[in-house]
Parts: sequence; structure tokens; C-alpha cells
Amino acid sequence: MRYNYKVPCQKKRLVEIRYFINDVLKKHLDSEIDINSLVLAVDEVCANLMIHSHQCNPKKCIELLVNIEDDEIIFEIRDTGNGFNYKEYKEPSIEEIIIEKKKGGLGLMLVRRIMDHIEYIENKNSNIYRLKKRLDIH
Amino acid sequence: MITIQTEQEDDFYIIKVIGEVDASSSIHLDNKIGEVIKSHKKILVDCHNLKYISSAGLGVFMSYINEMEESEIKMVLFALSQKVRNVFQILGLDQLINMVESKEEAKKLVNAV
Repeated sequence: MRYNYKVPCQKKRLVEIRYFINDVLKKHLDSEIDINSLVLAVDEVCANLMIHSHQCNPKKCIELLVNIEDDEIIFEIRDTGNGFNYKEYKEPSIEEIIIEKKKGGLGLMLVRRIMDHIEYIENKNSNIYRLKKRLDIH
Repeated sequence: MITIQTEQEDDFYIIKVIGEVDASSSIHLDNKIGEVIKSHKKILVDCHNLKYISSAGLGVFMSYINEMEESEIKMVLFALSQKVRNVFQILGLDQLINMVESKEEAKKLVNAV
């Protein structure tokens, strides 16, 4: 099963993204904790793209694709322009975050803990962030 | 999206967080905690109606850890739902931020630490 959604880069639209992902996952998963964790992972990637790659420019859009397979959930988050270069991301330590009073930095850490696999694919006209998780799906 | 209510019980200052704390709404929580710690030492955060938290919300709590320690301010979160608590647990932040089940336990912990 495939589901998709497109939303402009405005932080206030994150809530819509979460409701969309939540509605899709509820059809295929039982555990509220699992559903919330996956919603969180997508929310974090989208927030990062909206804020850091697109400076919350509402003329720019993010496209989401959810692909439910037999034993795996795959999210694809696409945007255009200068993507956030995931390959260059260095994870800070929790201590650094406390000392530097950084309010960011925890988002991708969560995504990495929640998902089994994260891919970043840079095309000529778009960037794709592919997140995969193996789970019991119905 | 997020509503913050406050009340005082004896010398405890209670911040009730209602709704979803994400990259868009976390600023309101940040501003409220920033304001409250200027004049209160015993802070309880009621998470009974906190439906969702993302890293932006976690970051707010984390960013005050040092300042609270230096100023001897105690803050305890209580009544978190299992799914909200799980978000703290993914990164082990439940070890750095005090969280308990009930308001009474929260008051006891604030007075004990």
C-alpha cells in the first residue's frame, strides 16, 4: 500500500503531517508506542528540512510517501533545492547539548534510534530521505 | 496546538502543558519556563494532557538543566503518558530529567532533592 501527501514548508503544517502519518499507520500497526515513534521520526526529518533547508519558505513543498510492505514500512520524504546533507551530519553527544544549551541536535538522534535504516539520495532536481523500519504489519 | 496554564500550590509552581509540543509550538514552553525560573525554585510540570513531544520540546527541557542546577531550582515532570515518556527514553533523557507518576510524588521529589 502506498500513501502520499504534499505540504508547504511551514512549521505550523507539521501537525498535519503527523495526523496523516498517524492515520496511515493506524491501519497497519497496533502499538501506539510504535506508531508515535514513527510519526516522530517523520516529523523530525520534515521539521529539519523546513527550518534548515528551506527557512520555512511556504513556496517550497515537501512530499511524503509511505510505502507499507509485508514486513517493512518505508517513508520517503522529498524536497527540492539545497538539501540537508545527511552524510555530513555528525551526531553531537548529550553532554554537548546540555553544555551548549542547544535546543536542536536531538532530532536526527531520535530518527537514528527509531529507524532501522536511513538513506539520503541526492538527485539533480530533488533530494530523497528514505527511512525504513521492519515491524509486524497487518 | 499548545496551551500552557499555570497555578501555585504552596511554594510549588505548576506548569500545565496541554496539547502537542513540536518545532512550531515549543517556543511557548521555552518562554514560560524561562520566565518561571526567574522567580520560582520548585517547579512541577503537569504532563497529563501533553499528547505529543518532539525533539524541540526535549531540547527545551535539556537547555535548562545547567541553569537550574546552578540556581538550585528543582523541576519535576509528572503524569506523562507512556508514549510521551517513551520519547524521553529513546535517548535516555529520563535519566537526566526528573519524571514521576503523580503530583504528590513530584512534590516529594522536589522537596527531597
